[in-house]
Amino acid sequence: MNLSDWIIPAVTAIIILWGLKSKTDIFGEFAAGAADNLKTCAELLPVLIALITAVGMLRASGAIELLTSLLEDAFARTGFPAQCLPLALIRPFSGSGALAVFEDIIAQWGPDSRPGKIASVMLGSTETTFYTIAVYFGAVRIKRTRHTLPAALIGDLTGFIISVLTVNLMLT
Amino acid sequence: MKYIFSVLILLSVISAAVCGRGAELTASVLDDPVRAVELTIYLCGGMCFWGGLMRVAESSGLTGKISGLLSHILGGLFGGLDKNGRAFHAICMNVTANLLGLGNAATPLGIEAMKAIAEEEETKDEASPSMIIFTVLNTASLTLIPSTAMSIRAKYHSASPSEIIPAVWATSAAALAASLIAAAALGAAFSGKSQTHSRKDDDK
Repeated sequence: MNLSDWIIPAVTAIIILWGLKSKTDIFGEFAAGAADNLKTCAELLPVLIALITAVGMLRASGAIELLTSLLEDAFARTGFPAQCLPLALIRPFSGSGALAVFEDIIAQWGPDSRPGKIASVMLGSTETTFYTIAVYFGAVRIKRTRHTLPAALIGDLTGFIISVLTVNLMLT
Repeated sequence: MKYIFSVLILLSVISAAVCGRGAELTASVLDDPVRAVELTIYLCGGMCFWGGLMRVAESSGLTGKISGLLSHILGGLFGGLDKNGRAFHAICMNVTANLLGLGNAATPLGIEAMKAIAEEEETKDEASPSMIIFTVLNTASLTLIPSTAMSIRAKYHSASPSEIIPAVWATSAAALAASLIAAAALGAAFSGKSQTHSRKDDDK
């Protein structure tokens, strides 16, 4: 038995039990929350059509293959899979762009391949750094963000490197 | 960002011309938008389910409970803020929302937290240490359930879509630690001359 198989069932059960304990209208609240995210999905659709098609075109044109094969030698020694480099490059800038590139990697190499696993961990453990900083500091009209961006990007870079290590150590 | 779409498309047309892949490119233009719709519908199911469950967690008070527990851990990072103030409360709620994958709730809470910090610390046009630490907490993506990555893994028939969870936790924690250390080190380097009052160096 795998412990990670029980994380989702446990979280689900805790939420339902807590809802019962506090006499929440579980079904009504669930439906309202689901409807909220349905709206988010509808807004996501046009963006994903644009980006997934653009990334798919780039794949079909041979450009991604070319880039990957060029980088493969340079990255072979570091252990970082060249297939995941496009994801690392787009991740800090665009959430939907990263999703499109991630889907391309999974479709191409499979979710349980080494690049597929590393891409999964990379996507799950990093954020759209530039967007977050722009929104948060924009809201309080602060222009001089000082060392926020370097510190955040050091975190992203660490995340990309560590995702290779954690996959090597925990998922093989 | 707005140029990326155009650049990607023009680049593919040029690259297809060079590699002689006109037929593949045409097929991609016809098939990939459909694939995007399929993917969105696929993701939609999981997103709505989690959105529903997390709404239950919110209105049952579970989110508030977790936020209270987190405040003990987060207190050390925000030495300069009043622990009973609006700013610190919003910070804890935002981190909880991120942890539970409540993307819709996390951003408004984060903006509220930034505004409250600005008020409490009377910042002008320059970011305060609390603001930097708070923003870095958000860019490090602390998530309990990486649901989007898992949904796509399941769509492509992964033998175990959820097996990535422990690795995601470990990686996020390492990324966050690196960001916080970098923020502290860079902060100390930049403000060496101006501020000499006793600043807590946290527990690193």
